[in-house]
Amino acid sequence: MKTNLNSKEVILKAKDTIIKKVEKLGKPIKVMEFCGGHTHAIMRYGIDKLLKGYIEFIHGPGCPVCVASMDRIDLAIELAKIPNTIFTTYGDLLRVPGSHRKSLLDMRALGCDVRSVYSCLEAFDTALQNPNKNVVFFAIGFETTTPPTAVLLKKAKEHKLKNLFVVSNHVMTPPAVRYILNSGISHIDGIIGPGHVSVITGTKIYEEFDVSIVISGFEAFDILKAINMLLDQHIKGERKVENAYTRAVTEEGNKEAQKLIEETLDTRDSFSWRGIGSLPKSALKINDDYEIFDAEKVFDVKLPASKEHPLCICPKVITGVSKPTDCKLFGNLCTPENPIGSCMVSSEGACAAYYKYQEVELCM
Amino acid sequence: MCLAIPSKIVEILDNNIAIVDTMGVRRKASLELLNPKPKVGDYVLLHVGFAIEVLSEEDALESLKLFEEALDYENEFEL
Repeated sequence: MKTNLNSKEVILKAKDTIIKKVEKLGKPIKVMEFCGGHTHAIMRYGIDKLLKGYIEFIHGPGCPVCVASMDRIDLAIELAKIPNTIFTTYGDLLRVPGSHRKSLLDMRALGCDVRSVYSCLEAFDTALQNPNKNVVFFAIGFETTTPPTAVLLKKAKEHKLKNLFVVSNHVMTPPAVRYILNSGISHIDGIIGPGHVSVITGTKIYEEFDVSIVISGFEAFDILKAINMLLDQHIKGERKVENAYTRAVTEEGNKEAQKLIEETLDTRDSFSWRGIGSLPKSALKINDDYEIFDAEKVFDVKLPASKEHPLCICPKVITGVSKPTDCKLFGNLCTPENPIGSCMVSSEGACAAYYKYQEVELCM
Repeated sequence: MCLAIPSKIVEILDNNIAIVDTMGVRRKASLELLNPKPKVGDYVLLHVGFAIEVLSEEDALESLKLFEEALDYENEFEL
């Protein structure tokens, strides 16, 4: 019988290996997990508590809902308010409050036709079924979620749809990693690289970085294995890209997906990230060949200047400068049921993960 | 957002749509992001309704085992 890789025994053995190596080094190691899925997994398994004092986790800006800037949420709300519009997006975004504390769900309660979709192709079907309405798909996500939007655009063009419009908020991992490393806001000894982003991009996108990066899967064993590999690099003084998620990730990635992105989307000159501000060449826009489907070009939406909640520290949480528990609103005024900041909305946000799993004491 | 689960292709329909089995749940998945196209019986990684990579059977079963263990783990600790 094969070993149960997530079992308590295996996890405790991996813990001992990691702790012995850190003890030899004589100081704790700072590891940034870039992806929100990893943040969630680390909290769910209590890996942060398991390795407390040995590994400090800095939570990275890899939760797409969390990094959506307030002006993008405001844009979504304004688009949803346009008469005769069916507004569609992935479910996580619906509860993020905009500048005026209203979310897309609030807009639905006020009579706007706001729908959550599992797949963006549901927006395509909705457009076909409702020829007299405008259907907007508000696309968010990192590289993993971008190729489906490219497919949606191609299908819209093939079918000559006149009533489907897309907003691309797709952001890219390398510019955010570059920002974290160059800004000096947090010292990082190594990065747990995103697993499913890398399925699309391949591991080659990380080769420019002068830091240890290990691509990881999402289970407890995967994450402990990645930390162990980062430690080995640290001990040897190496800074390279390694792949601990060979089950799914290759060096070159999914070339068909990359080709579809190239055919439909272009790099934006700059894009605003919550907590980071404007980052050059960090996001994608719909290219000129598909501009008739670009909601940002078709609809003339005027947005007043956006504003963050004065006490919310999501911007600092997103960049790893502060922990969720440093926030005065955490757990009292801001909860998953009544979120004030985006990091409390998405299950991949650091605040939501801390809130849900704060009592977890793995195997202890 | 970036959650992706290994799923087995049980039927291929028209227009690059397949029926996949994800841990006992059957649903439609787009095969548009895969070239060459997978066949019935292949395992794919499913993300927001799209197959994003073909997995070897061994790797898929390994991933699913870890995933199921994670669910067991959650049940055991009543999370």
